[in-house]
Amino acid sequence: MRKLLILVGALFVVHVALLFVRPSGAAQPPAAGDALDIGIVFDVGGRGDKSFNDGAYNGAERAAKELGARVRFVEPGDGSDREAGLRLLAAEGVDLVIGVGFIFTDDLTQLAREYPNTRFAGVDYSVGSDKDGKVILPPANLAALKFREEEGSYLVGSLAALVSKSKKVGFVGGMNFPLIQKFEAGYIAGVQHVCPKCTVVSQYAGVTPEAFRNPGKGKELALSQYQQGVDVIFHASGSTGLGVFEAARQTGHLAIGVDADQYAEAPGYILTSMVKGVDAAVFDAIKRTKENTFKGGIYQFGLAEQGVGYVYDEHNKALIPAAVRAQLEQIRAEIIAGRIKVPSSR
Amino acid sequence: MMTREKFEEAVLPPVVALLVAMLVGDALILLFGQSPGAVYRMLLEGTWGNAYGLGQVLYKATTLTFTGLAVAIGLRAGLFNIGAESQLAAGGFMAAVVGLAIPAGVPALLLLPVYFLAAALAGGAVGALPGWLKARFGAHEVITTIMLNFVVLALLNYLISSRFKVPDTLHTRELASGRLPRLDAFLPAFHGSAANVVLLLALAAAVLVGWFLFRTRAGFELRATGLQPAAAEYGGVKVGRVWWHAMAISGALAGIGGLNYVLGYKGYYEEGFATGAGFLGIAVALVGRSHPVGIVLAALLFATLSQGGLAVNALVPKQMVDVLQAVVIIAVATSVPEVRRLLRGFRRSNDA
Repeated sequence: MRKLLILVGALFVVHVALLFVRPSGAAQPPAAGDALDIGIVFDVGGRGDKSFNDGAYNGAERAAKELGARVRFVEPGDGSDREAGLRLLAAEGVDLVIGVGFIFTDDLTQLAREYPNTRFAGVDYSVGSDKDGKVILPPANLAALKFREEEGSYLVGSLAALVSKSKKVGFVGGMNFPLIQKFEAGYIAGVQHVCPKCTVVSQYAGVTPEAFRNPGKGKELALSQYQQGVDVIFHASGSTGLGVFEAARQTGHLAIGVDADQYAEAPGYILTSMVKGVDAAVFDAIKRTKENTFKGGIYQFGLAEQGVGYVYDEHNKALIPAAVRAQLEQIRAEIIAGRIKVPSSR
Repeated sequence: MMTREKFEEAVLPPVVALLVAMLVGDALILLFGQSPGAVYRMLLEGTWGNAYGLGQVLYKATTLTFTGLAVAIGLRAGLFNIGAESQLAAGGFMAAVVGLAIPAGVPALLLLPVYFLAAALAGGAVGALPGWLKARFGAHEVITTIMLNFVVLALLNYLISSRFKVPDTLHTRELASGRLPRLDAFLPAFHGSAANVVLLLALAAAVLVGWFLFRTRAGFELRATGLQPAAAEYGGVKVGRVWWHAMAISGALAGIGGLNYVLGYKGYYEEGFATGAGFLGIAVALVGRSHPVGIVLAALLFATLSQGGLAVNALVPKQMVDVLQAVVIIAVATSVPEVRRLLRGFRRSNDA
């Protein structure tokens, strides 16, 4: 017992000594001041998904470099931490609080009402509607950053159908809910626009956010689709899609990435990526905060705003013939001009 | 009365564990190029330093107290309940489903027993099943509770997404009545924090568990079974019955913990509302030495680390706090007699 007590004493002394160590370059805790202070809360386990959440991170990093913004990132540990993270930032008086993901919708709405002088932005914020189908606008200090994913998906759907030899293309979604169904609807419409006889095999990885983090399931779905004769798969499933790429590489078929340019995940097997400009939207919101032109409301980013699009560069040029590329640009122009109506639900 | 040796034996291992964890924390913080003093100060200021932070700690500690007590009842009976995670979710879910059927305007005080029963029965049922399987067929409760976690969580998942959720979300409608007041209704300083009066239920549960374990015949039988099942059987205890009773109580306690979120915080059930709280309950029970007082203190400790992780996020990655939690758990687990006994049991059943 005496030995144990001595051990406790020794550990304590070392600990107290270490408390006073101050390495050079140690940051001071950030305090609200004149500088532009931005806070971003990610979803549980969101950082490092190489698509959606990392897009928000990149946009904020760019704002830090170009606009001199001081950005704080918060990664929640469980569900109740989402509100706690937003509240922590709002209470510290940062200029703009951003929640990344549809799941922040309720918490953002509530906090925007409680802190009317703080600006809030929600990426993929889901705008509700009342009984008569009228849109319920978010509070005046809350910007809902929404994307017309169906427009970008329409383009990659057309591309998939034009490139497919078997006239059978696939779709792998993450969580089965309206946001991802938008991708699916646009994709199917795009396929049928250029190839009415093509068939689309469409599957989802699950019904909870877990479905966005399940590469094993993604690979399983993709393998079975390739087995059925599908030769191009578009995924909209977060890191579940990494399994789709793995299946593409293994069977020598093509896959289409989502949210960010995912070419590097499986070079040679990624036909293109349907990019969603989360980084640009986040950067834009920070910029408007700095210039004092920030306004709440619903912001839609579609093809016309270059909020969505598809990747065409030196990496995947070889996979997309010039004639196909010309046809896609034609379709893009027609969507922007409103001559093609893209459905956003099944 | 507790003798001095006994007290030291109970208190010293957690204290040493905590010190070791803090030293590992020092090293990690230095590796990130930050000052340990500054980070720990920030952690304390963000938790115990202001009413909001304290409220968040109390909220998290409430759930952890319930799951900690649940695991402790199991440990005292010689059972390792790994299923608190799904028992907690089942309790919260059942309370919400029952609540959805109740019209607006019914006083909360009248409804509390209804919600309480719903949560306890659902959690208790999820807990009792592995207990019964063990008593009847000798199925090891570690295996069955882990498996049941998957089954129950997947089932709830399905029910929420196919039947109960509001479109575009992962939660049910808000309950029309029966929500419990948050602490800021009495103490405005707590404004915004999730702490609510379920906190008092948790303290009452801790007292009741202490009374049950150390002052009742059933509690004595339970502890005797935990210490030495064969001897207890010889002494006239029906060991099989004690097993499934203990698991039912354990599950019920975890289930009631679901009220903290459903009635006290949001007023609805949300998929994954307390992810990890059930598993963290195991750590709380071990660090708290399966004693109600220890469990409340351990729950406060883990809640502080969890909330503090958010507060220091600006200086160090959140994972640093996860590492601290893990070090506390490992350090305590290696020194706690309950774990050694369980490991011995494992080895014995493997040899057989």
